[in-house]
Amino acid sequence: MAKTRYAPDRGLTARMTLTMFLLGVVFVAFITALVLILGATNRVSSGGIVFIAVLVGLALTVGSFWYSDKIALSTARAVVVGPQDSPGAARLHGIVDRLVALANMPKPRLAIAPSPMLNAFATGRNEKTSVLVVTTGLLNNPSLDDRELEAILAHELSHVAHKDVAVMTIASFLGIIAGLLVRFAFYSELFGGGGRSNNSNNNGGALPVVLIVLVVGIVTYAVSFLLIRLLSRYRELAADRAGALLTGQPSALASALQKVSGSMQGIPNKDLRTAEPLNAFYFVPAFKAGGKGVSLNGLFSTHPSLERRLRQLSEISEQLSR
Amino acid sequence: MGFLDTILGRTKPAQPNLDELFSLPTAAITLEASMNLVPTGTGSVCFRAAEGKAFSDIEKDVRELLSMGSGTASVEVSTDSYGFTWLTCQHARDDFEALVTDLHAVNSSLQDGGFGPQLLCTLVSFTSDTVHRLGIVYLYKRGTFYPFVPKSGEQRDNAVELQVRGAVGADLKVEPDLTRWFAVWGAPGL
Repeated sequence: MAKTRYAPDRGLTARMTLTMFLLGVVFVAFITALVLILGATNRVSSGGIVFIAVLVGLALTVGSFWYSDKIALSTARAVVVGPQDSPGAARLHGIVDRLVALANMPKPRLAIAPSPMLNAFATGRNEKTSVLVVTTGLLNNPSLDDRELEAILAHELSHVAHKDVAVMTIASFLGIIAGLLVRFAFYSELFGGGGRSNNSNNNGGALPVVLIVLVVGIVTYAVSFLLIRLLSRYRELAADRAGALLTGQPSALASALQKVSGSMQGIPNKDLRTAEPLNAFYFVPAFKAGGKGVSLNGLFSTHPSLERRLRQLSEISEQLSR
Repeated sequence: MGFLDTILGRTKPAQPNLDELFSLPTAAITLEASMNLVPTGTGSVCFRAAEGKAFSDIEKDVRELLSMGSGTASVEVSTDSYGFTWLTCQHARDDFEALVTDLHAVNSSLQDGGFGPQLLCTLVSFTSDTVHRLGIVYLYKRGTFYPFVPKSGEQRDNAVELQVRGAVGADLKVEPDLTRWFAVWGAPGL
């Protein structure tokens, strides 16, 4: 029997499983808390708020998932290209053709986004609708050679193979509902509370139900936000790993990462703002939240730190040459 | 690939299927009988070289193995513009089976060294008076074959390709998904 050089990263798998489990726990706790709060009181208005929040949240999640490819394409102003459209498109198709044959996966559609940033992302709800988008900056950059471009594309193809859009959408569902609930509860407290006579709401011994819902929502939102970001970072590491093993060139991915993240500084503001909504799917995030406090930045970021990614890649490189 | 592997992002590299390669000699006879296409005696294996010493050692062994082999006229190594390595073997025209055996030796050496996932495709070429060049491409990961007929200016002669598919359909497992018939422009040995 031929030996295999593929060694799964058990630690990463365990941490990812734990994160998803915790997200599930938060979800169950959130629902339980809501049922308990609403069951203890018979306030129709709070029940209505929760119902509307869940409904709107569900619609938003399903909508953004179903149209993920179209939304992302139009946000990035990307155009789907065929192999004969331009020399750049031909090169892109040639590289991806070989990668999907190596990986034995269906070929996604390819699109080019007019942007000077060096970036790429993959989106789409399933294998048929998935699109791999590359910026013109990445495609035409003279400092990136074919091997590095190939490594970046292999990373993005791994996102497609891992169904990362679906996983992250489901994971974000909880956060969206909690966030909406907080907002609705806040508005209803502001406007609904003001409309009533002023002694009914705040004077009694019990806290207003809407306020409790507000607190539960805030806590759920905060916890699930941190967990989702953590999950996103783990999935980036998994995609780095699968991509590097696909091409057999972890060092090419490492040097591509270094070049791309170096170029992310000093980009005009306008581009940064238009790029922000797509951040979670990018190869390297274009927009860094905060900026002060290394640990806080690490906690909130959608991508692992460059050092963390390079460390993993050098481990794989060492593993391959054994 | 299991559902859990997908969800946990631990997709494994695809392993190649090497056995189907030995149905090529039968297909070669069919091609000659039905379309007058004869082997040129050239075949090549395409793989993505992995970095590191382990892979370069195996690659060196394979080259030595082939150059020592019986009746092999020449072995050439080239790298295409996509960074893939092509090992091209040239045999006598009538010794098609020896060519297939050589190609298989390359595959199994790589696989035994644990680099099976690096194999991309194998290509054997045919020619006739009407069809200048036909490549039968074997996709390792799918275990299927497809024809590739280049015309001038990066155009493919799809009519001939489909005709070949009909001719060898009984001998070879032809790739049913036409979107996977990717073009190998400028492949060595074609």
